[in-house]
Amino acid sequence: MARAFTPKVITANDLLEGDVIYFTAEGSWTRNMAEAELITDEAEAQLRLLEAEKQNIKIVGAYLADAKAGPNGPEPTHFREEFRRTGPSNYFHGKQEAEANV
Amino acid sequence: MYKYNEFDEAFLAERNAQFRAQVERRIDGSLTEDEFKPLRLMNGVYLQLHAYMLRVAIPYGTLNSGQMRTLALLAEKWDKGYGHFTTRQNIQYNWPKLRDIPDMLDALGEAGLHAIQTSGNTIRNTTADHFAGAAADELTDPRPYAELIRQWSTDHPEFQFLGRKFKIAITGSGADRAVIKAHDVGLQVVEQDGKIGFKVIVGGGLGRTPMIGQVLREFLPQADLLPYLEAVLTVYNVLGRRDNKYKARIKITVSENGIDTYRAMTEEAFLAIRGQYDGTDQELLEEIKTHFQAPEFRSAPTDVFDAAYASDPVFRAWADTNLHAHRAEGHAIATISIKAHGQTPGDATAEQMRVMADLAEQYAYDELRISHQQNVILPHVRKNDLPAIHATLKAHGLATANIGLISDIIACPGMDYCALATARSIPVAQEIATRFDELKMEHDIGHLQIKISGCINACGHHHVGHIGILGLDRAGVENYQITLGGDATETAAIGTRTGPGFAYDEIVPAVERIVDVYMARRDSAEETFLETYRRIGMEPFKAALYPEAQKKVA
Repeated sequence: MARAFTPKVITANDLLEGDVIYFTAEGSWTRNMAEAELITDEAEAQLRLLEAEKQNIKIVGAYLADAKAGPNGPEPTHFREEFRRTGPSNYFHGKQEAEANV
Repeated sequence: MYKYNEFDEAFLAERNAQFRAQVERRIDGSLTEDEFKPLRLMNGVYLQLHAYMLRVAIPYGTLNSGQMRTLALLAEKWDKGYGHFTTRQNIQYNWPKLRDIPDMLDALGEAGLHAIQTSGNTIRNTTADHFAGAAADELTDPRPYAELIRQWSTDHPEFQFLGRKFKIAITGSGADRAVIKAHDVGLQVVEQDGKIGFKVIVGGGLGRTPMIGQVLREFLPQADLLPYLEAVLTVYNVLGRRDNKYKARIKITVSENGIDTYRAMTEEAFLAIRGQYDGTDQELLEEIKTHFQAPEFRSAPTDVFDAAYASDPVFRAWADTNLHAHRAEGHAIATISIKAHGQTPGDATAEQMRVMADLAEQYAYDELRISHQQNVILPHVRKNDLPAIHATLKAHGLATANIGLISDIIACPGMDYCALATARSIPVAQEIATRFDELKMEHDIGHLQIKISGCINACGHHHVGHIGILGLDRAGVENYQITLGGDATETAAIGTRTGPGFAYDEIVPAVERIVDVYMARRDSAEETFLETYRRIGMEPFKAALYPEAQKKVA
């Protein structure tokens, strides 16, 4: 039996910066996972991924990542995506650093 | 050390200009990512978890002070102020921007460095004994041969699309510090009837299917090095599997076909290829050798060293762990640990790189080495200069006295950076080092190598660690398997798994229990962890790690 579909966000890396980005409901890209579109329908997810990949001129490697709804927007369910949205644990670099500088 | 000639400079400048144009074409949309990716990988550019990564080769681990300063410049100007030295004598920058990378490559080129073939299914950076040219136990300096291999393999048209990556390591010493038995090809410079040649080992490797290399040729005359390597690669290109990425490395080719078949096919190919070599390579080798003339070591007194050793316990502790025997009287090989307790193994800041460059220039005949164990080496220092060197190192957080000890840990970048990783490895290394520093036990424990990989690809060499740690993803949670009894030297061995893995917060206590068993069971302070393990076997360690399972059996 096929496994039940779990909610997803579309994520990729920015072509120039290389950093982690997320696809929004408006079809733009955000660096904040909470602003990403949470997709709950499997067929819709594939269509949205095709839509995101149309922007391959400025992004790299778009894929569907498991996520769940949180109080402020989508949140990761796996530790890999948690690291991607935060940054490494040995230095205060990456997204955690960028957020601290806002 | 080798200095680029006009041909080398022109080749590299052209290659960098090509890559600059490729980057522009990717940015303007003329190239898709599928088209661009193999091009960027050929130039050492990866896309990792948080950013691009640039991997720069440090051929056979040798640098001069100017090159080290260039590495510092890259860290400071285009990255976050540090670089990460890896287990393959490379340095990785974790945060470059795509547009900046061509400038970084140009800066490297001016210093005689490049990132070519640090990725992709090609012949990678040839690594060497980090004490090459300095060690007391060495037959001859293996680096001229490594440089010959670098020049032969760079852009070699037949070997740009191998079935899989291909790694060569070389040592000039019987004491293997280059892990030659865990490489696709391992070379040991040997002597037979007064002639220099090579013992050729093939089919070693770690990763998913760890194997210890086997002897392909007991003695290969020096002049036959390139044609023979070409034969080994040609056979691999024909015989190697391309249907399954996990069965594509030469270790699988050798093990599936048998070493005798591989040898027979290699010898046959060699006979055909040898005639194509007209001796030009040997002329080139002789020219290369002139670049590797050892400095003129003056016989030097050791009174200043002896006085500091007698009076300063901090210096003495450092000298006891971080110095190795040099071939010249009054000299020593000094290893600079870039593994201060609690810091990331292999990371050095731009400032630290400059300090090390200055020390090399002032005291060490302008030479530096990078080890696969992720440390930096001053290969030739006069013993009397060591107290001054130590004082400078101390002032810059570089005087950690832990070489060969439990906190001298190899760790791959793991899930903190690497797109392939299944778990973190850096924080595990940091916590183990911090814990044993708190316990003030590490000098008492003695020689013990811990090696940590954050996935099955084994960049952290966990299979050949005395204690190996492999981080995996078990149902969405980090889990760490332990192996014991691995050995990365001439007596190479693959470690044995202890049993079920440990959760992230259980791994440091598990290592502590292993060490407790060793301390309780060693027959004297002189018996190392590995010796004790070989004597008493796995069971006592298992009993300490899995007390519940033992109870059930009882």
